[in-house]
Amino acid sequence: MALTSRAALFTLASVLNFKLISFAAALALSGAVALAEMPKRVVSMNLCTDQLAMMLAGPGQLISVSHLAADPRSSALADEAAGYVLNHGRAEEIYLMRPDLVISSSFSSRTTLDMLARLDIPVAVLEPAYSLEDVRARLLQMGDLLGRSSVAEDMVAEFDARLAELRMTGNTRPSAAIYHANGYISGKHSLSGQIIDAAGFDNAAVEAGVAMGGFLPLELLAMLDPDALILGRRYRGASRSEEILDHPVVQKLREGRASGAITDRDWVCGTPHVLRAIESLGALRAEIVEP
Amino acid sequence: MTRLAAALLAFLTLLFGIALCVGPAQITPLESLYALLFGGDGPATLVMREIRLPRALLAVMVGGSLGLAGAAMQGYLRNPLAEPGLIGVSSSAALGAVLAIQTGLAASVAFALPAMALIGAVIGVLLVIALAGPRGSSLTLILAGIAISALASALISLVLNLSPNPYAASEIVFWMMGSLADRSMSHVWIAVPFMAVGLAVLLSLGRGLDALTLGEDAASALGIRLSRLRLFLVFGTACVVGAGTAVAGTIGFVGLVVPHILRPLVGAQPSRLLWASALGGAIMVLAADILVRVILPERDLKLGVVTALVGAPLFLHLIYKTRRQLG
Repeated sequence: MALTSRAALFTLASVLNFKLISFAAALALSGAVALAEMPKRVVSMNLCTDQLAMMLAGPGQLISVSHLAADPRSSALADEAAGYVLNHGRAEEIYLMRPDLVISSSFSSRTTLDMLARLDIPVAVLEPAYSLEDVRARLLQMGDLLGRSSVAEDMVAEFDARLAELRMTGNTRPSAAIYHANGYISGKHSLSGQIIDAAGFDNAAVEAGVAMGGFLPLELLAMLDPDALILGRRYRGASRSEEILDHPVVQKLREGRASGAITDRDWVCGTPHVLRAIESLGALRAEIVEP
Repeated sequence: MTRLAAALLAFLTLLFGIALCVGPAQITPLESLYALLFGGDGPATLVMREIRLPRALLAVMVGGSLGLAGAAMQGYLRNPLAEPGLIGVSSSAALGAVLAIQTGLAASVAFALPAMALIGAVIGVLLVIALAGPRGSSLTLILAGIAISALASALISLVLNLSPNPYAASEIVFWMMGSLADRSMSHVWIAVPFMAVGLAVLLSLGRGLDALTLGEDAASALGIRLSRLRLFLVFGTACVVGAGTAVAGTIGFVGLVVPHILRPLVGAQPSRLLWASALGGAIMVLAADILVRVILPERDLKLGVVTALVGAPLFLHLIYKTRRQLG
């Protein structure tokens, strides 16, 4: 078990960081005494790693999460995040917290991570989740990093069981499109694409030749004419980019059909909260399949 | 004169028809025109009536506005380099529009968007006229324009970077280069009243601008009240440029290229250049908008890129021609 968890640590896709490698190597060399190596002052600096860390960390182990984790629009654990020191992803403030492990995402600023590494702080980099399989993998990786593998394994087992209950396997698969500001559409190989797939929808983006995600002109969305149109969430403040969500064409595509679904905070990160998104889509699908 | 008008109108109508048939969705021209006129349940009707029609209408309206504003300002300042984009009027209008969106005003009152852009444009025009002086020498005009554009652009970037919205900062490109992608009939309706007023005001200036070609004293002697002329010019230009910029962003060089090409065809008479430039501007922006959809149908190539590629070389040519005056 200890061996596999060390192996998992090594397979973190973005272990480009020299300090992290030496940190991991030190851990691996020190043998199976996982508890002795359990980090005691962990700082997370990415919205998604924040939520994974809050779910898995032991009492007092996690000291800071990013400020986004406390924003109820983007974070499923906003209330809980209020109990932590909030950081803004800057090397200075994080260094002053004297962490013994910093957890970040491959989307975090490279220069900040390099700076932390130069300051001799171990940095772990997790890839974002692009599928439900990735959600399991990130849980296990986070468990390993925090020295709480058994908690993570329990959580994965629970996730698997609940996902098996929720997954729609019927032959009737209505089409759905997930449309965001600026006309960005989520493809099949994205976390939101996998969420609607598990909820029993075919992704309309596939028909338009979009795999991961990309910009789809409004005209083409109208021609796809999906059974359900799921819109991207809106952010604080105003923008021209989000105006497209109010465009008469988008409104007409939602009129008289299953609608109301928005890619809210449960959709953003690869955490077990995606199950809530899948569950809420079940009602949407039922509206279309059994009117 | 009537032959030129007929020729411009015919060309404009042809381009309008083409604009309605060009787009990423594969609909045949016959199908698209049928869906536009007679409707139907299919998505083609939605595409034609809610996406392509407003886009083509806005191209005509915005282009006409910019052409007309260019001709009017050039007539008043007696300088072929006066163009709303180059002298900072468009940028000032864009700043007004950005403020309307970011303060949430545009979300609560739809007309706040063009109205704030109009206020921005008024300030821009007044600054340019004050800085360039009544004779509007090329050097001071262009320097004043550079300063106003730079300041307005910097303020746009500042406001958008301060916005809590993650998309706001990326919109700087739209406000600098302009686009007609994903506009709707609601944008047409908020721009129409301002443009109609501006059009009426600017076209009424024809006689005054004609008289002004003889010099200010001669114009006064002919009964032209210069202060009133200037007031109308400022207000009319701000109306059309403000409304156009509010819905389509900053599209440069239209007011420079169009009057330059048409001037010899109207015998260099400012009053005739006004309506000719309005038609010519509509043609230029409509053609540019067709071009961006043919070159990159799936992505939003900015309109200002195309107009600048045509306009900037001409601008250089004009500067070369007037270099003696520039000293």
